[in-house]
Amino acid sequence: MKRRDFLKTTGLMAGASVLPMLKHLPASAAGRDDTIVVVLANGPNSMDIHRKGTNRPSYAIAVNLYDRLVSFGTKTLANGTSMYNYQDIVPELAESWELAADGMSMTFAIRKDATFHDGTPVTAEDVKWSFDRAVSVGGFPTVQMKAGALEKTEQFSVVDSHTFKIDFIKKSKLTLPDVGVPVPIIINSTAAKKEATADDPWATEYLHRNPLGGGAFKLERWDPGQQVVYSRFEDWKSGPLPGVERVIVREVPSASTRRALLEKGDADISLDLPAKDFRELADGGEVSVQGAPIENSMTALGLNMNFEPFQNKLVRKAVAHAIPYKEIFEAAAFERGVPMWGGESLTPKDISWPQPYPYDTDYDKAKDLLAEAGYKDGFEVPLSFNLGLADWAEPAALLVQEGLGKVGIKSTLDKIPGANWRTKALVEKSLPLHFKNFGGWLNYPDYYFFWVYQHGHLFNSMNYKNDEVEELVNNTLLLPIEDSAYEPNVKRMLEIAFDEVPLIPLYQPFLDVATQKNVTGYEYWFHRQLDARSLGKGTV
Amino acid sequence: MSRFAMIGRRLAQAIPSIIGIIVVTFLLTRALPGDPAVYFAGPAADEKSIAEIRAALGLDKSLFEQFWLYLGDLARGDLGVSISTGRPVLEELATRLPASLELTLVALIFAIGTALPLGILAATRPNSWVDHLCRVVVTAGVSLPVFFTGLFFVYTFYFLLDVVPSPLGRLDIFYIAPDHMTGFYLIDSLIVGDLDTFGASFAQIVLPAITMGVFVLAPLARMTRASMLQALGSDYIRTAQASGLSRSKVLFSYAFRNALLPILTTLGMVFSFMLGANVLVEKVFAWPGIGSYAVNALVVSDFAAVQGFVLSMAILFVLVNLAIDVLYTIVDPRVGIEG
Amino acid sequence: MAVAEHPDSAGESAAAAWWRHFRYVVSENPVTLFAFILFAMFVVMAVFGPWIVPYDPLASDTANALQPPTWAHWFGTDNLGRDVFSRVVVATRLDFLIAFSAVALSFVIGSVLGCLSGYYGGWTDRVVGRSIDTIMAFPLFVLAMGIVAALGNTVENIVYATAIINLPFYTRVARAEVNVRRNAGFVDAAKLAGNSDTRLLVFHLYPNILPPMMVQISLNLGWAILNAAGLSFIGLGVRPPAPEWGIMVAEGATFIVSGEWWLALFPGAALMLAVFCFNLLGDGLRDLIDPQRRT
Repeated sequence: MKRRDFLKTTGLMAGASVLPMLKHLPASAAGRDDTIVVVLANGPNSMDIHRKGTNRPSYAIAVNLYDRLVSFGTKTLANGTSMYNYQDIVPELAESWELAADGMSMTFAIRKDATFHDGTPVTAEDVKWSFDRAVSVGGFPTVQMKAGALEKTEQFSVVDSHTFKIDFIKKSKLTLPDVGVPVPIIINSTAAKKEATADDPWATEYLHRNPLGGGAFKLERWDPGQQVVYSRFEDWKSGPLPGVERVIVREVPSASTRRALLEKGDADISLDLPAKDFRELADGGEVSVQGAPIENSMTALGLNMNFEPFQNKLVRKAVAHAIPYKEIFEAAAFERGVPMWGGESLTPKDISWPQPYPYDTDYDKAKDLLAEAGYKDGFEVPLSFNLGLADWAEPAALLVQEGLGKVGIKSTLDKIPGANWRTKALVEKSLPLHFKNFGGWLNYPDYYFFWVYQHGHLFNSMNYKNDEVEELVNNTLLLPIEDSAYEPNVKRMLEIAFDEVPLIPLYQPFLDVATQKNVTGYEYWFHRQLDARSLGKGTV
Repeated sequence: MSRFAMIGRRLAQAIPSIIGIIVVTFLLTRALPGDPAVYFAGPAADEKSIAEIRAALGLDKSLFEQFWLYLGDLARGDLGVSISTGRPVLEELATRLPASLELTLVALIFAIGTALPLGILAATRPNSWVDHLCRVVVTAGVSLPVFFTGLFFVYTFYFLLDVVPSPLGRLDIFYIAPDHMTGFYLIDSLIVGDLDTFGASFAQIVLPAITMGVFVLAPLARMTRASMLQALGSDYIRTAQASGLSRSKVLFSYAFRNALLPILTTLGMVFSFMLGANVLVEKVFAWPGIGSYAVNALVVSDFAAVQGFVLSMAILFVLVNLAIDVLYTIVDPRVGIEG
Repeated sequence: MAVAEHPDSAGESAAAAWWRHFRYVVSENPVTLFAFILFAMFVVMAVFGPWIVPYDPLASDTANALQPPTWAHWFGTDNLGRDVFSRVVVATRLDFLIAFSAVALSFVIGSVLGCLSGYYGGWTDRVVGRSIDTIMAFPLFVLAMGIVAALGNTVENIVYATAIINLPFYTRVARAEVNVRRNAGFVDAAKLAGNSDTRLLVFHLYPNILPPMMVQISLNLGWAILNAAGLSFIGLGVRPPAPEWGIMVAEGATFIVSGEWWLALFPGAALMLAVFCFNLLGDGLRDLIDPQRRT
């Protein structure tokens, strides 16, 4: 290129200071009524819930694109929100099921007309292959299966092409519900086996990107990091057909942008907004906000037994009295939750769960307890929280810091990024004072205690050990709730938890969702993902 | 010495830096506090499965061994697999880099289009109120954090005034991305003649590009002003004016051409800076570019992704500098090949 | 004895001449005067901040959270009921601390490295040069992010990270300037007079390279504050509840859409004014010290 011409072009570029045109180009309105647009903070990072390292939003894929043998029914709360009913197990892929006379096995009758997305009929072979996969891949899926005593491939057998049997290794009330959680998806094993290799017998490479399911929706497209689009599977037989034809799930990292999109009507549903936004949207009345308390879950403070001052029960009780519960509930949760403080006595009245622990904000009492324990001048402690949850955790931490400061306990805030959180809090269990927010999928208090209060278990970040609790939990997990020992056992567990207080609950958080007023059928599910099968768009 | 020899020499000079970068990044990622093995093992994993994963990822080997393996992979063009998304890093970079490049280039065009005229204007009226005003305006642009400007724009132009579409990324939901040829939506949609998609992509890119552009107005405008002033004060300009040439011819044909060199240097600097500063703008506008990719990877200690990202940025930086050097020789034949 | 670049005019003391020059520069450019006044104001806020504010910047009052600006709270209150005005004023101290430490660190280390490599050349030059090139080839913000993520987000680490990414400029300028003057007459004279290399570097060469760097220092100060703000936006900034403009803007940004504009606007304005002030100050200093290099 001649120098002269080149410079002429540069000159043109430099001289042309035309401001870009700011025209609003309307989005194509076609198909809007039959489509739902969802915005959330993080999208799925895999199509395969059995894969290692799969994140929570990927569970939505398992729920919408795959079937399970059973599902849960619906119930409605006092505030009008619909939610799943954990006590009502309903058919999905399995038309019916029968417990054997000796109670040590269950047989499922699989729907004869069900097919996968590619048209292949679903058979018991597929079910067995899928269950085998779930207990063999290791990691979270296998552990979750184990929670329902589903551990070995020998337990699963094919009786005939449409009958599937599970043999129990021990009787547990958790087995049947565990069959309905997102993990035991039914995969098209014929298609999957074609993609398997010697190194990869479960076809994880392929299934990571290509779902081979038979669920209510099929995958239309997946742009990782941007969006997932599902479209209705017209031949779905395991339930009533979804009310919408297309669901577009868009990843929008900034919470303010998500809120703006919702308020402007460019999004139909927004998950993951800060509590404050949910409260304001609820008060505003332009969009519909539905919140359900997250079952079997509490936002709480964990006190690590490895940290010397916390080894003294009086110190722990002092801390429990030095927390500004009400302020935290207002400023961090914006009252989107159920208070978990101010219980009446150290002896629980019933086994409703979660229930408030008997502690209230009382700085004088806290100071007295500290003095009694020999810590009149207080001590120093780092207060850690997960950076990813900073929305509520940071204001809560600041308030806790202030409260503790009033009784002489100096705390410094320690923000830990999400990935390291798991290591420090749950694996190493090295954080002296930290926030916790575990929520159990199977709604039984003994299930919560199993994960959180039993020594060495993942979510026991407090390093808490109590022999009586160990025994109680081990026994109670296996008991059906109708058993006469069930209630007394749980009461005793609660009593110990109230008194020992290695974990100080703050509130039971809501799972909030904001939708346009014409969106119907939203249901709260324990897995906290959006089950799009019940959604529809009505007239406002 | 021919131009090719110069290019070759420049590339050779860049190699030690690239090696330095590879080493530093490797060490830096290993210094990050997260443990990918724990992350990868997933929720509810116990000690045993974490140890298994660690061995599978090769993280139980010594640092030297790991580094050696990494170099071997690099030589084969294998940047590894991202832990969080499970896809090859090379593939992800290939999709995300064009997004950031497109944004940066459009921002640069905007910045050049605004800063250069401002600088020339200020240079022709030194010390007047116009000069001071230009200086205040561009300095104001560079004094605000980029994310603040971005959010402010979103609030004003999208939320209040409704003149731009929702900041959902590169393309509104109901459009399909044009077939991948360059990866630049604006160019690809023009190539196939799809004006609708072109318009939609353009509408999405306007706000983030302006946000980024505003931030780099200052160095460009100031450098333009300075070098124009210098050029305008020289003898040959006086001769040209005395010879009766028109004002615009003096300004553009003579002064500007001569003032171009330092502006080009600043352009190179600005471009590299923007590539790095992408991070914040991409977060505000949900832009699926390389900046947001890097931040996410950093927060989850995704070694392969962070290393791949830094390496590609460094190589880009070298190429950009090289391009500037080549431009120099085109613009000013006096700029010899350095000995 | 350092060699001055402005010979005294006959009969006037150096100080008086300097003052006259200062008044001339300022009259030419009223914006510079404005910048100096602003700077003085900030220094007062930084030094006396905690004593002149009406409320404790750390005291929360959730009952009064998110109040718009009123006579009681000039800048309103934030989501925990803390007074925004007090926080903005007290934040000056932390932000200035970060900016000045980071820039001082990179200036001192960078200029020393540059001097050494410019004077001695050879391997010193090559090693320093390649290291600097390596730093410069990193996308700077990402490097800062990486360092803070790896080392932890304390004020010290933010300062170190900012210092490292600003190092290259000072090194390069120092190197170039020393290189140019290495064989100048006055250097030879000093050598002949028996000065050791170190004395030469410290007392003769170094003062002469200060002017161009002084200007860049002020620009870097602004950049250091913006850098800290950017890190806060990603979550790698200073720890709460420390009041710092960047983190206040980052957290306040999420409240803009719901209409609580004051949380982000006031710290943002303070931040902008400070950076603005530093930038203009840089211009003023340049005019004062070396008018020929005006841009």
